[in-house]
Amino acid sequence: MSRKDPSGGLLVSPIKNGTVIDHITAGEALNVLRILGITGSTRECLSIATNVESKRMGKKDIVKIENRELRTEEVDRIALLAPQARINIIRDYKVVEKKGVEIPEILRGVVRCPNPGCITNTNEPVASTFEVLDKGLHCLYCDWLIKDDIANLII
Amino acid sequence: MYHIISIRDFERSDLDYLLDRAQEFDTGNYRPGMLDDKLVALLFFEPSTRTRMSFATAMARLGGRTIGVDSVEASSIVKGETLADTIRVISSYVDAIVLRHPKEGAARLASEFSTVPVINAGDGAGQHPSQTLLDLYTIRQSMPVDGIDVGLLGDLRYGRTAHSLALALSLYGVTLHTIAPGGLEMPANITLELRERGMEVVEHPNVEEAIRELDVLYVTRSQRERFPDSASYYNVASSYRITTDLLDGVKDRLMILHPLPRAGEIDPAVDCTPYARYFEQARNGVPVRMALLHEVMR
Ligand SMILES: [Zn+2]
Repeated sequence: MSRKDPSGGLLVSPIKNGTVIDHITAGEALNVLRILGITGSTRECLSIATNVESKRMGKKDIVKIENRELRTEEVDRIALLAPQARINIIRDYKVVEKKGVEIPEILRGVVRCPNPGCITNTNEPVASTFEVLDKGLHCLYCDWLIKDDIANLII
Repeated sequence: MYHIISIRDFERSDLDYLLDRAQEFDTGNYRPGMLDDKLVALLFFEPSTRTRMSFATAMARLGGRTIGVDSVEASSIVKGETLADTIRVISSYVDAIVLRHPKEGAARLASEFSTVPVINAGDGAGQHPSQTLLDLYTIRQSMPVDGIDVGLLGDLRYGRTAHSLALALSLYGVTLHTIAPGGLEMPANITLELRERGMEVVEHPNVEEAIRELDVLYVTRSQRERFPDSASYYNVASSYRITTDLLDGVKDRLMILHPLPRAGEIDPAVDCTPYARYFEQARNGVPVRMALLHEVMR
């Protein structure tokens, strides 16, 4: 994110080290933080901009996380909510890595199975496991299919 | 290791192979003591006398032995213990585990913690693959399964036997006819999955409209607890009841199947018609389960 970029630079100041998640689907910034496990009680210094004008998307959200470089498996979870998101890893104010997000084939321990009868909703030592299909997320234990409202099922 | 967990794990060739094996056991073409050094645990965390006895019979016919706990004992054993731990321990005693459990996905979980093969004998509203195999086996005894017309009647929303049979039939180019009371229709995602597998699925408002087209009519159990009150249960139950009047003009080879026990879905007068095949179907549970037990332990 350079200072010339009017959509990001003016609203949220640049960071020295960390991660900028750009082109988040408008309104999903807080859910993106949730899926990353970043809550009000975490230590990260955050800047969030929502409903920012974007040429490409109309409106978008931007999240900046200081002093934390997101790992690939963390990043890919974001794709569930914001498939067009772009990840910029920043070191010393420079973008050292730029990548898109890719929906993983299998999601383990990311979303809760909505089926109350599912064995993953008990005290058994297993993580929920979903296979990612075009039509939704398929629970590999109980065959439940999640089609929408994924944000509310994030663990 | 070979587990039998879900009908989704099977390709057509696997099903055909198991059905062929079942036929060999059915016709007595096997050595009676073939599993005489084997011990199987029948872990039934919810009652199902019929399924349990049929596995026990299958094992005894192969010369093997079973240990087991019924639902009451099981619930006291597992007090405070996870299924994962129970399975770890029991699998160190035996050569295979047959599991029935109220939670969906329990058998999949068990297979991840077991050191011996696991056969799913029903997990909650989930899968019950040995039932599906015996349903297929019963059909195949009378006619080739390819391209036939199969009707599913009754509670298709919660009826797991219907879902897993439909999935299996989708491997055989079968046309599926669904007949369900309002609110108990086949879930949309199952219908979608069947259609994605290339199956033709036709919905009918009542059984009269469909029955003359059918080669197989599979009647499911109506569970009273799915209905808001007993009056609406009896209403639905009586409008979906199979009686001899309905059988006018049906195909000669029509077979009526039911996973049993029935609760009034089929008039007992139908039992003595040539279409009634549900008792034969129940008997087929033994050779099919012999084939499964033998397959996982050989
Ligand atoms: Zn599930």
